[in-house]
Amino acid sequence: MYKIVKKQILNDTVTLMEIYAPAVAKKAKPGQFIILRVNETGERIPLTIADFDSEKGTVTIIFQIVGKTTSVLNQLSEGEYILDFVGPLGTPSELDGLKKVAVIGGGLGTAIAYPQAKALSKMGTEVHLIAGFRCRDLIILEKEMKAVSDKTVIVTDDGSNGNKGFVTTALDKLLAEGNEYDMVVAIGPLMMMRAVCNMTKEKNIKTIVSMNPVMIDGTGMCGCCRLTVGGETKFACVDGPDFDGHQVDFEEAIRRSRMFKMEEQQSRDEHCNLMKKEVK
Amino acid sequence: MPNMSLNKVKMPEQAPNVRNKNFEEVSLGYTKEMAIEEAERCLNCKNPKCIEGCPVNVKIPDFIGRIASGDFDGAYDVISETNALPAICGRVCPQENQCEGKCVRAIKGESVAIGRLERFVADYKMNKGDKKVPEIKKNGHKVAVIGAGPAGLTCAGDLAKMGYDVTVFEAFHTPGGVLMYGIPQFRLPKEIVQEEIDFLSKLGVEIRTNSVVGRIVSIDELFEEGYEAVFIGSGAGLPSFMKIEGENLNGVYSANEFLTRINLMKAYKFPEYDTPIRIGKNVAVLGGGNVAMDAARSAKRLGAENVYIVYRRSEDEMPARKEEVHHAKEEETQFVLLTNPTRIIDDGEGGVSGMECIKMQLGEPDASGRRRPEKIENSEFVLNVDTVVVAIGQSPNPLIKKTTPNLETQKWGGIVADEKTGATSIKGVYAGGDAVTGAATVILAMGSGKTAAKSIDEYIKGLQ
Repeated sequence: MYKIVKKQILNDTVTLMEIYAPAVAKKAKPGQFIILRVNETGERIPLTIADFDSEKGTVTIIFQIVGKTTSVLNQLSEGEYILDFVGPLGTPSELDGLKKVAVIGGGLGTAIAYPQAKALSKMGTEVHLIAGFRCRDLIILEKEMKAVSDKTVIVTDDGSNGNKGFVTTALDKLLAEGNEYDMVVAIGPLMMMRAVCNMTKEKNIKTIVSMNPVMIDGTGMCGCCRLTVGGETKFACVDGPDFDGHQVDFEEAIRRSRMFKMEEQQSRDEHCNLMKKEVK
Repeated sequence: MPNMSLNKVKMPEQAPNVRNKNFEEVSLGYTKEMAIEEAERCLNCKNPKCIEGCPVNVKIPDFIGRIASGDFDGAYDVISETNALPAICGRVCPQENQCEGKCVRAIKGESVAIGRLERFVADYKMNKGDKKVPEIKKNGHKVAVIGAGPAGLTCAGDLAKMGYDVTVFEAFHTPGGVLMYGIPQFRLPKEIVQEEIDFLSKLGVEIRTNSVVGRIVSIDELFEEGYEAVFIGSGAGLPSFMKIEGENLNGVYSANEFLTRINLMKAYKFPEYDTPIRIGKNVAVLGGGNVAMDAARSAKRLGAENVYIVYRRSEDEMPARKEEVHHAKEEETQFVLLTNPTRIIDDGEGGVSGMECIKMQLGEPDASGRRRPEKIENSEFVLNVDTVVVAIGQSPNPLIKKTTPNLETQKWGGIVADEKTGATSIKGVYAGGDAVTGAATVILAMGSGKTAAKSIDEYIKGLQ
């Protein structure tokens, strides 16, 4: 059992939790993830490690409430426990020897991009951080992002924060201003990562993306997280989750992400109905 | 006077058209009377070949003799001298290639039903609930076991009985390995596996779940933490794919994914359990082993109308247990033999609309001794399926190798280990089971766990 030592609501649908898991915290590195199972009937879901503190023995996860599992997880309070929490899984990001990097986060992806920016900044890399959200109310981690980057650009789809645009427009602008990046790290929805990759491919800037497909074991056993990278089948859980974005077959990844859409909907609906009954 | 009936006493089973709609155990086991009747078929040979056929050398005529005289507890004691998991072996061992394959009764008629008798004895003891926990004198030495599957559990149990403090590191949230995630409930009820695991806990074995060795702790660090020896029983978890077009379409599963969803995550109880599984109307399972049979029979139980086993050789070459093939047929699995898939066809939306196959014929024997399948040119046809399960084998998980640089492995990933001792290229590190041999059987894994436990004991005693 793994204790929730801190819970913080970041916005209406995004929650941060610090979990006491000292052995995981001791080994965690940026780019890695954990898999958790909330309770006995629960499914196993992967979540990227958003932060970790080896002294306190805690691992931070940030999740968006999108389905039954994240909804059940969000109902737990500080001091309560998660049944299973396994990690750190996946290959850590390779961030050594870079002078200047643009780190891009889209929506919840910002939470995953943040530890990478933090690690880069610690190593003395100049970090430009671009974060995109649908609207102002959904902006998360603004203070944290600013603390680890030399330049922070936050854009919103609807312009409600006073800076309308997509992450690609922001990147385009930074490049037009003469910024030269050794690497771009893009983390967010598949559509966003694809858009960034299309742009950076043209400009020949190495781009790393973090893939987050459906997983079960997270150790290379089931193969359900497979994707095509450079024409070869790779397992996101052990070969990734970081991949060269210019080599990723995003069309296939997008199709595969829809595999269990119907079942996810059914699970969510039944859960919501149950909740309504309990309220009555 | 022995019972000279040419046939085994039949074991009661759920009727095929009933059981193919539920996940309850198919075979119901002998009654006491049936067990005694079957035990009387044993001739108690002076030079019993059956014992040689058993990878852990259970004293077969001895335990069968005790059943015949009604001493079921005594029979259990004989089996458990050499086999720690009889309830499991009685159900999943390929007896026809082992003990029963050597039985003299099989020369004319059927062999003695050794597997069924073993199962009877184990179940009898389990139901009685008086399995004794032996008195153990702790010796103060620590051993780490990686993987809580058949190899690791056996090794851990044997070492615990010798007095070692054993910690088992398991990657999943539940111990049991392939017994939990791979073999379905209808063939091996999970309650039985759990009972065996609980017994290990009573022996003082500590099982740490959610612990992926290689990630949370390395083998070097285990030694730093005071473990004096390590046993690697991490299994063959890496699924093989056909490497054909369309394999990443939605609706194509590795057998590992398919069975893990169903068995470990209980997707057959969705939405009571949260993990889903999608089964179409027409399911093709590729492969001819036990895993393929398990996947096909599971698909049928989940409501598939047509389930096909697609196998490139003929039925004679199938590696599956005979009983599983027989059960699969009874449950209306259709065998499409001498057939190999060439591509999986996209339905236009990323799902499967069919599978193109080519017909095969058998040529000369290959390295495995089985006749090599060869393509028949221009014999392509399309099998109408919407779900494909790839069950063509697994190789060892590369995670431990990747994080233990000086551990010697074969080209195909298997850990190099001495057959007689289980010793690897690293001092104090032993290995066994599928991690060494590639996908094999539960009993072979158990045998190697046993061997390694003995070697580890000798090794640690030698250190003093």
